[in-house]
Order: sequence, then C-alpha cells, then structure tokens
Amino acid sequence: MNQEFPKIKPMGERAILVQFEPEISEVMLQKVLFYKDKTEVFYDEVKVEVINTYNSLLINYESYIEDVYGEVSALEKLFKNANIAETAEARLFKLPVCYSSKLGPDMELISSEKKMEPEEIIRLHSEAIYTVYFAGFLPGFLYLGGLDEKLHFPRKNEPRLKIEKGAVGIGGKQTGIYPKSSPGGWQIIGNCPVPVFVKNKLPPIEISAGDKIKFYPVSEAEFEKISEEINTGKFNLKAEKYDG
Amino acid sequence: MMGEIEVLQPGLFSTIQDYGRMGFQKYGVPLSGAMDTYAAKTANLVLRNKVSDAVLEITQMGPKLKFHQPAKIAIAGADLSPRVEGRAVAQNSVVKINSGEVLSFGRRKIGCRAYLAVKGGFKTESIFESRSWYEGITTYFKLEKGLKLAFEANEKEKAEINAGLKPLQDYIRSGEIEVYPGPEYDVLCDAQKLLLEKTEYGIGKNNNRMAIQLAEPLVNELDAIITGPVLPGTVQLTPSGKMIVLMKDAQTTGGYPRILQLSEKGMNALAQKVMGDRIKFKLRPY
Repeated sequence: MNQEFPKIKPMGERAILVQFEPEISEVMLQKVLFYKDKTEVFYDEVKVEVINTYNSLLINYESYIEDVYGEVSALEKLFKNANIAETAEARLFKLPVCYSSKLGPDMELISSEKKMEPEEIIRLHSEAIYTVYFAGFLPGFLYLGGLDEKLHFPRKNEPRLKIEKGAVGIGGKQTGIYPKSSPGGWQIIGNCPVPVFVKNKLPPIEISAGDKIKFYPVSEAEFEKISEEINTGKFNLKAEKYDG
Repeated sequence: MMGEIEVLQPGLFSTIQDYGRMGFQKYGVPLSGAMDTYAAKTANLVLRNKVSDAVLEITQMGPKLKFHQPAKIAIAGADLSPRVEGRAVAQNSVVKINSGEVLSFGRRKIGCRAYLAVKGGFKTESIFESRSWYEGITTYFKLEKGLKLAFEANEKEKAEINAGLKPLQDYIRSGEIEVYPGPEYDVLCDAQKLLLEKTEYGIGKNNNRMAIQLAEPLVNELDAIITGPVLPGTVQLTPSGKMIVLMKDAQTTGGYPRILQLSEKGMNALAQKVMGDRIKFKLRPY
C-alpha cells in the first residue's frame, strides 16, 4: 500500500475524513466500499454515519469526538491490517426512460451538434451499464459512471431555472436523473418515471453505491402507464443479480 | 393537548428547526437543523425543554404569531425586539402568553437569527427523524400566512425559571470565527494562509441557510478536487477566489477545495452575522 494513502484526518469536531488515491475508477470504488463496510462494522456500537464518494470516506459522529487522535490511530490500524476481499455481489436495476422530444428537450441540440441521429444517442445511452458511485448534490441524486465517450457533452452556459423531476440529463462526462424538480445546467434527453428517491421511506433510495443501472427506452404511452402504476402503488422496482 | 399558533404575518424568513437529519447524508439529504445551535439550545433550556425539541428559527424580521392556546415561550439568539400584545418581553426568559394574544417582532437590535421555543416543543411533521424544514423533504420550507403550527400545550406543567442558566451573548456581536484547517488547507501557500488569518472579511449578499459567501476574494490557482464530502462549516474556495462557507442546508458533496472547517462555535457566531458585518478567522489546530 502507498505510504501516503489513505490520509486520515479530522474534519471539524465531529467527523473524520479518509482519503484514498485521487482517482475515479471501479477499482477505487470497490476499495472505498470495502473499507466503508469495515468501518461500519468497527463502529457497531457507536452511532456514526459513513458516507462514501469516489475516493473518500467521511465518518460523521453524533457528537464531539472526545479523543480525536485515538480515533484516527484506531482507524489507521484498522485500514493497515485489511486485505481487500472479493468484490461484493452487485445488483442491476433496469429503469425505463422516455426519450421523446417533449421529455428530452435537448436531444435535438446534441443530435445536431454531434451529427448523430437521436436513435443512435438513445441506443448508446440505454445500452450502457452504469455504476452507482454515491448520492450527493440533491437528495437522491446518484453519481453514475460509464457514460459512452461519444455522448460526452458540455453543460448549458446558463442553467435552466426548472428541470422536471425524473429528467435524465448529460453534463460533461456524466449522466444522471434529477430526483426532484430543480434548477440545473445539464442537457436533458429524457425522463425516468420511476422515482429513485422516496420521501419518508426507509431507506429512501433502494439503489446503493456499487450497484448497476441500465436504462431501457419506453414510448410516451408506456411512460404514462408506468407513471400511473407508480401513483397507484402497483409498480415495483426490482433488482436483478449482476454478473458482469 | 395540542395547541396552535397561527401565522398572521410570515416576516422575512422563518423555519422550524431541530438538531437536523443525522444519518441521511448518504442519501444526499442535507443535515439541516438550527444555524445557531447554541441559541436554539438556550431557548429550550430556559423552558426546561429537551435540547432537541423543535424551535422556530427567525431571520432578521420576525413574524406575527397568534396563540390560540395559552403557552410559555422563550426567545434566544438575535434581539429582534419581541413584543406580546405590544409590550416588550425579555430574551432568555420564560414569557407567559394567554390564549388569543399576539407575539410580534420589531427592529433588529443585534444578531441575525432569533430562536423561539415553546414549552413542550413544536410538534410539526417529522420526516427522516427530524422536524427541520427543508424544501422537497418537508411540506413547508418557510412560514406562510395562515399556517398553523402545532405545539404541546400543557397548562398544568410548571415552567419555573431556569435560574442556573447564564446564556452567552458576546458571540452574537463578535466577529471572531473559530476554524480548523480543512482537508485542502495544506495546498495553500504561506502567503495565502497568512492572508486568511489577517484579513477582515465582509459577509456578502448571498447568504442563506445553504451557504454564506464572503465579499473579499482569496486569489488562488488551486485545481478543483475530485468531488468529495463536504459538511456544514466547510469553507470552499472557488477558482475565482470566492470563499463559500457551507451552512446547515448545504449539499453533501462538492468539488471545490475545502480550505477551512468552522467549529460549531464558529458556525454559531457566523449564523448571527448579516450582510456587511465583518469577520476574522481564528485558526486553531486539532
């Protein structure tokens, strides 16, 4: 293991930040999630929340950390003696997306700028398997990796004041779903009728870091049908086993 | 029995807050909770409430509130000239309100945020283990005219004065903001570190429960970081030199270098500053 990493430092009075090598990759994600599990087991009796991002863990304590150096060295010891085990089994979630021009107002722009037919954009966007890295930015916003390079496209210079709930967008090298209506600068190419984040449900997000997502195109009629099923509680988001 | 407080006028911006939604940041949900936890706690302790009871956080211009049941209240934090039926009432003490009486606020004397606690606590909706208002999570995200706030009304319960309590007030006026080094503090050069401690910064016009921007820039050529965790109290430095102090409703991740981290004391003091107030960072080691 690199001597310099992981860096383990206090961040304020009630959090400890663990930073691994600065890289965004699936290998790094597996490493981060492995240590996340280990940390959660280690803190079994203490109320903490462990949050992961691409290459960091943040351990949030309920109150002041009394012995911050004791805590840091306990974590150093925990991480030093660990051998990263087999990758945990991933789950695959298939999410419907309606790529119609009504729900994807920026499809035309991307299509003309990239000289690519909308059908080709939809194919590339919906054939890929995306990896969930973490939630952030907005409640229920998932950071996804795996967008085809051919679909990388800059954000808008002037953000839209209102992007619809469920909007599926492209921002630079990333793609994602807006979990609620909000201002935003991503290029919107469709809408996913299945809410990824459900208020007052525990857990509010079924999908977790390390899981996989695949989108499948649906027509406007199917979009309406699924929306209706969701409103009447008939739609169930099901996970499949993912074997790579 | 549940009592009701009716909003006759909403004032500038008031929200129900408690200690916040701990344990939900992994889903991207902001922590929320009182901006000045010390003042919120004081208002509750005066009434011998639980420190975690929900209070009303009142920003700069207070609302007009009609009590439909008798209540005992306490106000701490900023002095926004509270009155009951026109008569001035003291901060940090138990105030009895009769059924039908109106609590209002006047001129802002000091501070930015006042905290109104009611004996028994506000009993508004609880979502994800907290009553703190946040847009998209709770039904309401600021006081609106006609809204009715529920509280636990128990006339028989005595609220004796909590005489042992001597609330601090100096921090409300003081410009000293206690900070620790942030994760990217070491990337700054010595000159920048010195500037951070020597400069008096003004509170910018963009300041709310999500973040408080400082008026003066800190010139830098730092690279963005890989999006990583941020917390209330994290000071982000943008490429244009803007310093953004994240507050209680901040998002949970960010891509700007995190140069400082406010202590809880530092956050309480900053929460009491309004646009144009001057602050100075006081760096302390871990």
